Amino acid sequence: MPEKYHIEAKTIAPRLPRTGKCGVVDWREDCAGCHNCVKKACVFDRYRLETQYIRRLNNIDTIYSECMGCFSCVQNCTKGILALSANPAYENLGNDYWTPAIIETTWAQAENGKIPVSGAGYRGKFTGNGFDSMWTDMSEIVRPTRDGIHGREYISTAVDIGRKPGFLSFDVYGKALALPPIIDIPMPLIIDMLPPTYRRSNLVPFMVATAARTGTLTIIDYNDYDLLGADKQKYLPNLVFFLGSGNQLPSTELLLKIKMVEITDGHDIEHRVTELKKLNPEAVVSIRIQMDSTGVERAIELGQNTWIEVLHLVGDLNGNQIGVNNPRFIKDMVLQVHKSLVKSGHRDGMTLIAGGGIALAEHMAKQILCGADAVTIDLPLLVALECKLCTTCDPSSSCPVDIEKIEAIYGVGRMFNLIVAWHDQLIEMMGAMGIREARRLRGETGRAMFFDELEEETFGKLFGSRKRF
Amino acid sequence: MVNSLVQESDFNLILPEKTIQTMVPQTAVSRELKLAPPRYRNEIAKYIIRRNSACIKCGKCAKVCPQGVHVLKPGYKLFSSPKLQVCIGPACQKTDHYCVDLCPQKALQLVENPQMKLLGDFRWPGDMILATWKMAETGNPPPPEYNYEYETGNSGGGFDRIRFKFPAKPPVDINENEIDIGVELNRRNDGRPNIRIDVPWYGGGMSFGSVSMSTQLAKARAATAFNTFTCTGEGGYPERFRPYDDHTITQVATGLFGVREETIQRVRIVEFKYAQGAKPGLGGHLLADKVTPGVAKIRETVMGISLFSPFPFHSVYSIEDHKKHLDWIKHLNRRALVATKVSTPNDVDMVAVGSYFAGSHIVHLDGGYGGTGAAPDIAKKNIAMPIEYAIIKVHRFLEKEGIRDKVTLMVSGGLRTAHDIAKSIALGADGVIVGTAELVALGCIHCSRCESGRGCPRGIATTDPELSAQFSVEWGSQRIVNLYSAWEKEIKGILKSFGMRSITELRGRSDLLEHLDYNNDVGTKK
Repeated sequence: MPEKYHIEAKTIAPRLPRTGKCGVVDWREDCAGCHNCVKKACVFDRYRLETQYIRRLNNIDTIYSECMGCFSCVQNCTKGILALSANPAYENLGNDYWTPAIIETTWAQAENGKIPVSGAGYRGKFTGNGFDSMWTDMSEIVRPTRDGIHGREYISTAVDIGRKPGFLSFDVYGKALALPPIIDIPMPLIIDMLPPTYRRSNLVPFMVATAARTGTLTIIDYNDYDLLGADKQKYLPNLVFFLGSGNQLPSTELLLKIKMVEITDGHDIEHRVTELKKLNPEAVVSIRIQMDSTGVERAIELGQNTWIEVLHLVGDLNGNQIGVNNPRFIKDMVLQVHKSLVKSGHRDGMTLIAGGGIALAEHMAKQILCGADAVTIDLPLLVALECKLCTTCDPSSSCPVDIEKIEAIYGVGRMFNLIVAWHDQLIEMMGAMGIREARRLRGETGRAMFFDELEEETFGKLFGSRKRF
Repeated sequence: MVNSLVQESDFNLILPEKTIQTMVPQTAVSRELKLAPPRYRNEIAKYIIRRNSACIKCGKCAKVCPQGVHVLKPGYKLFSSPKLQVCIGPACQKTDHYCVDLCPQKALQLVENPQMKLLGDFRWPGDMILATWKMAETGNPPPPEYNYEYETGNSGGGFDRIRFKFPAKPPVDINENEIDIGVELNRRNDGRPNIRIDVPWYGGGMSFGSVSMSTQLAKARAATAFNTFTCTGEGGYPERFRPYDDHTITQVATGLFGVREETIQRVRIVEFKYAQGAKPGLGGHLLADKVTPGVAKIRETVMGISLFSPFPFHSVYSIEDHKKHLDWIKHLNRRALVATKVSTPNDVDMVAVGSYFAGSHIVHLDGGYGGTGAAPDIAKKNIAMPIEYAIIKVHRFLEKEGIRDKVTLMVSGGLRTAHDIAKSIALGADGVIVGTAELVALGCIHCSRCESGRGCPRGIATTDPELSAQFSVEWGSQRIVNLYSAWEKEIKGILKSFGMRSITELRGRSDLLEHLDYNNDVGTKK
C-alpha cells in the first residue's frame, strides 16, 4: 500500500500482565523430571516467558495467563500432571455486552494497531442481539476500484458533518452563495465524552490529543476545556464543545474559533440553536438526543426542520434504549429515524451521528449501514488503556489498573492504535462490499443482511412461523 | 494403477499432447478400517475419575471395569495412568460394574473433566471434537454410552437448531449395503466425463503453506480410498500429489500461486476460486512466518514475506469474463470438469445461475462461517451469510430457472458432521465439501492458532519441519479414512431410517427436517 494511504501505528506495550483466557496448572507432584520436558517444547515458548515473568514480578496478585490453549503440553506430559484451566480473571472481565473477548481484542488492537487475524473458522454463536443480528454483504466481482493490489488503497472513509444543501444556489452575478458549514473528518468516528461513571479528568487531554492526531473530532464538556492546559487553543479544530442545559456559553471569541458545538435537546432548542448560530454562523450545531422512550419520535420530529444540522442519537453504554423495560437497540432506532427522514425527504440535508454500544470496528460499519453518517465511541478508548470495566471508578478509591497514572505517550498511543485498527477494518469491510466511499455506506441496507429477514426468507418458508421465546 | 486418462480412451483422441505427458502411475489406497489410536500420550476425556488416599490398591476397580479404565499391571503395586478416554461416565451408574459404587474404600469419584470447558467453542464443542477423534480412531460412530453430544454444536442457530424428523420405524426395510450415497458431478451432458464420487463430499482446498505436506497427503490418500477428491488450495501443486492426480482438484485462485498449464492438465476437476467463506471479498492470507523456503519455492514467491491474494480476479468484471476463464481451462484440459467456488453474498442465487451459464459443472458455495488458515476476525464473523440460508436460496432459484438438474451444487462453510452433511442435502445441496473435520481427525482442537508464528502447535496447519513431523502420512490418512467410514455409516443410517436407497432421494427434502425455533407448521413438498 502506498505510504501516503497507510497510517503507521507503533506498538505500545501494555503496562500490566495480560489477562489471558487460560493457564496451565502444574501439579508438580509426581513429576518425572524428564530431560525432554514438554515445557521446553511449547511452540509459543510460554513456560520460559512465565519464568521470566515470575522473576520480575511486580503485581503479586496477577497470575501468568498467556497460554494459547493448544493442549499440546497437557496431552504430551509423560506423567500427565499438567492441566489446562480457565482463568477466572478473564471470565470476570467486562460484562454481558462488553464481553471478555471484546476486551481482549481491544487490548490487542491498542497494542499493535493491527487488524486481528486468526486461524480456523468462526467460533462463536450463529447470531445474537444488537449488532450480532446482521451480516454485511460482499461482492464476488464488483470492487471499489481496480487500482492497487487489493483495490482497497483508494477507499475513502471520509464523511461530512453538518447540513448539506440539496442544490447549489447562485447570486445574480453567477457566484455561488455561501454554503452551510461542513466539517470533513477522515473517518466516520468521533470521540465522545466518557460516561460519568468512568470519567477521569486526566484522560480528557489524551482523548483530545488522539482526536488531533487522527484528524477527527472529540466531544468534551465545555467545563473541561481548562483541563487541556496552556496550549489548549491548538486543539480547537478538533474540539466539539458540549453545552449541557446548565452550561454557561463560551465567550464569543472562543466560540468563533470552534468548528462545532453540541447541545442537549430541550423545549427551547430552536432558540438555543439560533442563539449559537448568531454568535458563530460557521459553527456546526449538533443536538444530543437521549434515546429514551420518546427519543425516536423526537429525532424524527426534529429532523424535519431545515435549521437542524446534526442530530446525535445516544443510547446507553450497551446501545440500549434508555429507561424502558424492553429496550430497543440503537441500530434499530437509528434505522427507523433514518428511514423516516428518507421518506419525508429530509435525510440528505442533515447529519445523523449515533453513539452507545459501539464496541468493535464492525459495529461502526453496521451502525452506518443502519443509517448513521458517523458514530461516537467512548468506552473502547478506555478499554484501550487496559481498563477492565470493573465499574469501581469511585473517585475516592484508586483504580485497579491505575488509569490515573498513565502517561501521554502510552495513553494517546494506545487510543491512536485502536482507531488505526478500526480504520483498517472498516476498509476491509467496505472493500468486501465493493463500496468506495464511507458516505455511500450510510443507510445502504441493501449491502446488509438481517437475521430476521433471512430467517423469514429461508427457514420461514420451510418451517412456518417462528417461536417467540 | 494407471492414470484415468488411459481408461478414458475416447478423450485420448482429442487431448493435447501435453496432457498425455502429464500421466503418472496412480497409487491405490485401501478403504479398510484399521485402528488409528490418538498420537498423544494423554487423551482428553469427558469424565475423570479421582482416586483419593483411601485407596488400598486392591485392584477391584480394574477387575470390574469392562472398558479397562483402571490399569493395575501384574506385579505392580501402583496403578498406571487411567485410560479415562474410554470411561463412559454417568452412563455406567446404571450398570453392575460402576467402579465408584463398588470400591470398598469409596476412594473413587467421578466428575466431569473441567478441561472440557476449554476444549472447542460454540461451533465445535468439546463433545464434537472428542466424538470426531473417536470416529477417526475406530471408523465407527461413537457408541451411545459415551454420551457425546456431537450431532450438533452449541451455536444456537442454523444446523444446530435443525433436526431430522425420523419416522418411528423405517417405511421399508433396506439393507445398508443397498444404499448408494454416491454423487454424479457432471450434469451438463456436454461430452465431458461423468465423474462420480462414492460419498457425498469431497475435501476442501487447503494450500501447502496453510497446512503441512503430511496433512495434504493424508487428505489426498483418504480421498483416493473413497473415490472422491481433495483440493490443492491456491498454494501450488506439490509434486508429491502426482500419484493422486485422479483424486485431486487443482485450484485457480486470484493469487495464481504455482498455477501452470501442466498442473491444470493433470487433474479431472479444476476449481476457480472467487471467494472463501471465512474471508469473503478479501483474498487469501498467508502470514510471513509460514512462508518457509519450501512454500516460497512452490508459490514462486519470497521467503518470509506475507502473501495476500488479491481480490477478485482482476480480469473478471462480469459473467462473460468468468466464462472466458472457464473456456480457457476447458481448452487446456479437455477432460476436466470445472467448479466455481464463491462465497454467499445477498445475491448468491444470481451468482450461482451466472456460474452455471458461464459453463461451470459444479457450483461451490462457501458459507460465511467457513474455515481458514488465517483471516481477519472481522471477516469471519460478519461478512456474507451462513451456508444454511444460501443453500435454500440457491436450490430454489436454480429450480425456478429450470436448471437445477443441470448443475451440481456443492456447499461448505462450517459443516462438521455427517448430520450436517445430510441436513445440507435435505435443504437442497447435492453434496458438501469438508475441511476442518478432516483436520480434527488429525488431532486439531480448533484453538485457532494456525496463523501465528510457526503455525499449528499440533503439527497440522504448519510448514515448520519439526512441527509437521508430529505424525506420518499413513497414520493421518487412516484417521481420515476412518472418519469417512464412520460418516458413511451414519449417512446410510439416516437414509435407511427414511427408507431411501440413494442419497439423491434426500436432496431438497426439507420436509423431513424440523427447526427447534419454529412451529414447523408448514408442509413443504419435495
